[in-house]
Amino acid sequence: MEKFSNFTGLVAPINRPNVDTDAIIPKQFLKSIKRTGFGPNLFDEWRYLDKGEPGMPCEDRPLNPDFVLNQTRYQGASILLARDNFGCGSSREHAPWAILDFGFRAVIAPSFADIFYNNCFKNGILPIVLNDTVVNDLFQKVGETPGFELAVDLEGQSIQLPDGGSISFELDTYKKFCLQNGLDEIGQTLEMKEKIQSFEKKHQDSNPWVFEELVL
Amino acid sequence: MAGRTLYDKLWDAHLVHAHENGNSLLYIDRQLIHEVTSPQAFEGLRMANRTPWRNAANLAVADHNIPTENRDQGIADPVSALQVDTLVENCNEFGVPYIPMDDDRQGIVHVVGPEQGATLPGMTIVCGDSHTATHGALGALAFGIGTSEVEHVMATQCLIQNKSKNMLVRVDGQLQTGVTAKDVVLEIIKNIGTAGGTGYTIEFAGEAIEAMSMEERMTVCNMAIEAGARAGLIAVDDKTIDYVKGRPFAPKGELWNQAVQYWKTLQSDEGAEFDTIIELDADSINPQITWGTSPEMGMDVGATIPTSGKNGIDNALNYMGLSDGGLLSDYKLDKVFIGSCTNSRIEDLRAAAEIVKGRQVAENIKLAMVVPGSGEVKNQAESEGLDKIFVNAGFEWREPGCSMCLAMNADRLEPGERCASTSNRNFEGRQGQGGRTHLVSPIMAAAAAIHGHFVDVRDMMEAA
Ligand code: SF4
Repeated sequence: MEKFSNFTGLVAPINRPNVDTDAIIPKQFLKSIKRTGFGPNLFDEWRYLDKGEPGMPCEDRPLNPDFVLNQTRYQGASILLARDNFGCGSSREHAPWAILDFGFRAVIAPSFADIFYNNCFKNGILPIVLNDTVVNDLFQKVGETPGFELAVDLEGQSIQLPDGGSISFELDTYKKFCLQNGLDEIGQTLEMKEKIQSFEKKHQDSNPWVFEELVL
Repeated sequence: MAGRTLYDKLWDAHLVHAHENGNSLLYIDRQLIHEVTSPQAFEGLRMANRTPWRNAANLAVADHNIPTENRDQGIADPVSALQVDTLVENCNEFGVPYIPMDDDRQGIVHVVGPEQGATLPGMTIVCGDSHTATHGALGALAFGIGTSEVEHVMATQCLIQNKSKNMLVRVDGQLQTGVTAKDVVLEIIKNIGTAGGTGYTIEFAGEAIEAMSMEERMTVCNMAIEAGARAGLIAVDDKTIDYVKGRPFAPKGELWNQAVQYWKTLQSDEGAEFDTIIELDADSINPQITWGTSPEMGMDVGATIPTSGKNGIDNALNYMGLSDGGLLSDYKLDKVFIGSCTNSRIEDLRAAAEIVKGRQVAENIKLAMVVPGSGEVKNQAESEGLDKIFVNAGFEWREPGCSMCLAMNADRLEPGERCASTSNRNFEGRQGQGGRTHLVSPIMAAAAAIHGHFVDVRDMMEAA
């Protein structure tokens, strides 16, 4: 995973609550056995007028002119502004993969679904939780100001507005640490190998049935 | 010391290490694996030159992409086929136990786990699938994870977790005839909302939950995730233990006795503290139907469709083709789907068959299908003659799999088609692009198939 560095980026708004992972990346694209290449199919059903299937060249597909990400003013956006319960539904990590592949590196919302929130960190995306009022305000500013950009400061846990204002956000220290250092969590956990082994031994002594082989 | 909740107990029993920063390392007893969320995890292991920590902890089965007919001809869609083949190859390469597609034990991972005894009380269970919450019905701490976490568990047998808060949902009283576990959970979600359980593990308790069979309890826990909770739980009682007894992977002999002794301690202590308590009265719950595009958009059968105005409602009503309002029974259905990890167990099929028996699917229904949750469920149903009841009434009787729950195989809705479905998600496009899903119980779906539109199943039960 790449290290997350501070950046300034264009903000694109998705103004509806409960955007689910089926909407973020429809299921037909889950058939891929890779982690990359999902960007062209991000929000596929909203973004295109035809029905998307894996392997279709997306450059030739008819775009839905009403969908926000298709508007000229949001081209190149790297911050997604969203509403409550963003990323609800399935556990598919294809959702953050698609968001990242499209070019987003941060998502701002009043709340996120739990699994999606965690999945973001594993992929170098920063999900930022801000309260309703602040998010409302941002929606308004984005709507009124073409080219509206925010500067994201992970270290300082804040975002800077073009008018000089600053908004801070909360973040779990371990998640922040991993993002900042682009750390492989598995490697981190394996450093505790001995601790895991000694727990496992104790656990096996008290719950031996858990360790039975599954003979098919 | 204050008493501990069931969740606290399961958590404590698997806690390897609590970091100062609030994160914990949790030991995982069982990982269930399917073809959609695992290929990138195996690939990650391979790239980092890692091997599974403990192979016997894993059990794999393909379900999402599996065709539900003409299975002997293999998988027609090459992309689906590649995904299933990749799972087989990965399991072979890494030595992970795999149930093949043509095996009677194959089925939806959340049906197979409990059925085979791979899911046991007191375990921590994960799967790269949000409906892993299902297994909590057996008093196991079970939750869905993403692909990176699938890889993390394979490599380390642990997960980095934050402990959730405790929520208790008590359903006291007795359910009316015709009101099922599905209606209970839809009612709960309607009340607390799809984000109401975010950050919580929900324990379901109360007389109505205690009275439920294990199958019904699985239906309730299955949809905990639709209320935003990662995990749903139900305390262990005699029914749990009876259910597990004799299952292929369940412990035997002395090990069994030892396990039972431990399992009997798996309840919340008297006086355990919950962060939130929700109480519902079972007697007042009616059969539920969702009208919108989120599981929280539900209503009692017979209620009028909500009118536009509120945030999000307009989009949903438009998408569902219900902007004219009125009664849902005025809208004709096109398809009926009985299946999914929510409602494809033997009891679901028995109850639906009871409604269908001696009746005919309405003419306007283009397809009514029953997809058993596993080969074992299918065999059991056939031995009871349920398949004949369905087929004689005009239903299609299919092979087990996820099928039209998410339409990754050939079973799907066409744009604009309206469907009564026993699955768990009514999101836009979930059952096929432009498809309109109404979530209901198996008996409500069966009744809708016979009438061609939604009816109150209780009327048919009284008439019977
Ligand atoms: S039946 Fe549906 S919800 Fe259940 S695992 Fe399969 S796709 Fe997921």
